Amino acid sequence: MIWRYILKRILWMVPFLFGVSIVAFLLIQAPPGDYLTTYIAKLGESNEVLDQASIENLRARFGLDQPLYVQYFKWVSRLLVGDFGMSFEWRQPVSDLVWGRMGLTLCLSMATLLFTWAVAFPIGVYSAVRKYSFGDYLATTLGFIGLATPNFLLALILMYIGVVHFGADVGGLFSNEYKNAPWSMAKVWDLAKHLWLPVVVLGTSATASLIRIMRANLLDELNKPYVDTARAKGLSEFWLIMKYPVRVALNPFVSTIGWVLPNLVSGAVVTAIVLSLPTAGPLMLQALLAQDMYLAGAFVLMLSSLTVIGMLLSDILLVLLDPRVKYD
Amino acid sequence: MPQTHMATEASSRPILSVENLNVGFNTRKGMFDVLHGVSFELHRGKTTAIVGESGSGKSVTARAILNMVPRPGQINGGRVLFRPSKGSETDTTALDPRGKAIREIRGGKIGMIFQEPMSSLSPVHTIGNQIIEAIRLHRDCTKAEAREIARGMLAQVEIPKPEKALDQYAFEFSGGMRQRAMIAMALSCRPDVLIADEPTTALDVTTQAEILDLMRKLQVELDMAIMFITHDMGVVAEIADEVVVMEKGHVVETGETGPLFAHQQHPYTKRLLGAVKRLEEPATAKVRPAADAPEILRVEDLKLKFEKREGFLQRVTDVTRAVDGVSFSLREGEALGIVGESGSGKTTVGRCIARVYDPEGVVDYRGSDLVKAGRAEMQSYRQQIRMIFQDPFASLNPRMTVKQLIAEPLVVNGVASGQELEDRVAKLLTDVGLAPEMMERYPHAFSGGQRQRIVVARAIALEPKLVIADEPTSALDVSIRTQVLDLLLRLQAEMGLSFIFISHDMAVIRYFCDRVAVMYQGRIVEIGETEQIITDPQHPYTKALLSSVPIADPALRGTRQRHRYMGEA
Repeated sequence: MIWRYILKRILWMVPFLFGVSIVAFLLIQAPPGDYLTTYIAKLGESNEVLDQASIENLRARFGLDQPLYVQYFKWVSRLLVGDFGMSFEWRQPVSDLVWGRMGLTLCLSMATLLFTWAVAFPIGVYSAVRKYSFGDYLATTLGFIGLATPNFLLALILMYIGVVHFGADVGGLFSNEYKNAPWSMAKVWDLAKHLWLPVVVLGTSATASLIRIMRANLLDELNKPYVDTARAKGLSEFWLIMKYPVRVALNPFVSTIGWVLPNLVSGAVVTAIVLSLPTAGPLMLQALLAQDMYLAGAFVLMLSSLTVIGMLLSDILLVLLDPRVKYD
Repeated sequence: MPQTHMATEASSRPILSVENLNVGFNTRKGMFDVLHGVSFELHRGKTTAIVGESGSGKSVTARAILNMVPRPGQINGGRVLFRPSKGSETDTTALDPRGKAIREIRGGKIGMIFQEPMSSLSPVHTIGNQIIEAIRLHRDCTKAEAREIARGMLAQVEIPKPEKALDQYAFEFSGGMRQRAMIAMALSCRPDVLIADEPTTALDVTTQAEILDLMRKLQVELDMAIMFITHDMGVVAEIADEVVVMEKGHVVETGETGPLFAHQQHPYTKRLLGAVKRLEEPATAKVRPAADAPEILRVEDLKLKFEKREGFLQRVTDVTRAVDGVSFSLREGEALGIVGESGSGKTTVGRCIARVYDPEGVVDYRGSDLVKAGRAEMQSYRQQIRMIFQDPFASLNPRMTVKQLIAEPLVVNGVASGQELEDRVAKLLTDVGLAPEMMERYPHAFSGGQRQRIVVARAIALEPKLVIADEPTSALDVSIRTQVLDLLLRLQAEMGLSFIFISHDMAVIRYFCDRVAVMYQGRIVEIGETEQIITDPQHPYTKALLSSVPIADPALRGTRQRHRYMGEA
């Protein structure tokens, strides 16, 4: 049953992604001009002028002189064999550029997700069970501050504190000596030392909102008759809350996976720039600004695929977690 | 012999005595008590019914016995002495509410079942998981042994295929089956006392009869004391050995069931029983429709099916025939009752007539077919055909004042405005027995009965000809039930209203309706004069339904043979 459901969902993704690729391509083409226009303008800034012939020459080389649908089908047919094309700006295959950054982005996002859960779960449960206690008010206040503070501002504040008071090396994910070094235990340790700051910065607002969601959901569940039933069974207060209402209130936690994956790419671009993190966000921004067609297209497409995959994952988990959710 | 002597002494002592129990709720305005010195006893092998209307403190008493009064409530006086068969006498109210001692009693020695079988079981754990947990909390056994015990319990409460049921979820069960599973869970540790908090209130009469039989049988097998909380005097007469009557947190009367039903001392008990007795015959104030009254509504071959669509092409995979060829007619000033179990399609019929759904067939209202009526046409008929719903708490918008609520249909249909509107609302409130000064208040300031009066006022605001009342009294206490019914009777006489009165409660139908239609699985199996159907039912389903209705007379207990209608194969 469940396998059929998963298979069906995956099959549905095919036409969906096809549609997304069209929209992505059109979106990238939407601004006036193309990569060459940007390129010529850039050259113009340094007083270099290209003559018409070489422009035409370049245009033909990049395939930009062909009609839109030809360009699109060329792009898509190469995508099918895993070739994302060349980045105009970097003069490198897009896949090299993207995958190099995705690994670190994945690592950072997972760490952020775990941080979010680890902090939000106990605080959310505590806040609901001890409603209107001092701890609840404290968590609520901090939660709202966390929600209201822009990430990049938090990043600046934490960087300031880190540098001035602790003399820490902030910014980036690696110290200089490891930046281009091959992977080793020391490099992993270095990464861990740098990771905490972006994790806290990126995780704060998600944590705050998850605390609120957990609290509200659990409050709804705490007064349900089945909790009374469990209590009348003689279960201890801690276990009965963990086993019954918390279990039911857990659904939003699972749903968060759905939006963590697309965040891998597009999330926190400003924060990533402020912290100079070598993640996917800043690269995507740059690609879009430069109208670097294939690179930007790869990012938009990846963003959509990850959204779809994330939703699929959270839906599957939801089905496994809650027997009431139907999947046929 | 000294041993026998001791045994008789032990069995004559109550297994649980509640002594001067006081429970208060701590609010911002200070402590106010909801239980005022409640005392009664439970005896081994006996059923004690705790009777009272909503707000009388029955459920709080039950929770106080297990020392699990919900916050902000707290026990602030008296004690509950529990004398288990094994172990020493304990005052449960003196124990730490989160401590080990009280947790051993909860579920282990005193089991409890609740009113709502729909929500009293966890939606995300299997039935087996929950029963096995209860067993392993109190008995020293392995998971496999516990599973075996749980299977045995499910078999004992007569759940078919218990092995399979262990791995099913609560939502896969019907209400009656869920309540059986609850009972199995509460009894899995062989408790000395079972507290049942309105265990059959949410169930159909036929299912209720089965659950009552089951509880009686298990009580004999396990020799336990049952504390049965209910508001239904019929159920009390069926099952109780002793009765404790509660009103507003006081015990007003205690006694054995037979004598108490024969001679009540306290006026409240008298009123409670009187309200039940009155419902056992047609209302005296009822105005019968004139013999030559013209027909107001004729329903012919009404059909409605719900289709379940699945898959990519949305093919119809399953069809539920909610209403399957219903025909009847209604005369002016007549009240037709539609009775049946949940799922029989009675509510759907009402909604088809009001065109909430789009049925097939003919609904002839004074010569025009409502099924074919367009939107604009329906608009005018909706002024003449009004509905009253079951839950007076849910059918009034809490953010509107009573004036806004009652005025709404008048304003929407552009009937009145300004001072005239205010006067109409005031008159309507007087008509339903409420004071016009109340019109600026919000619904939460009213009791259930008063809210239902507001609902009635809103329904009659447009001076309709036909009122479809869907279980209008089911959510109300008995004494209030008759008041609302009397109000409807008076309005019927004054305004010449016709009623379609949908209910599962035979007594209410008998009190209110001229004729009754009995529905089963989307069809009318029997229709006729109310008295005739009740005294001389023809169809086997009607007989089964009537045999399940509890009668508020303990002398008749056990004289009737109950049976369940299995339907055509």
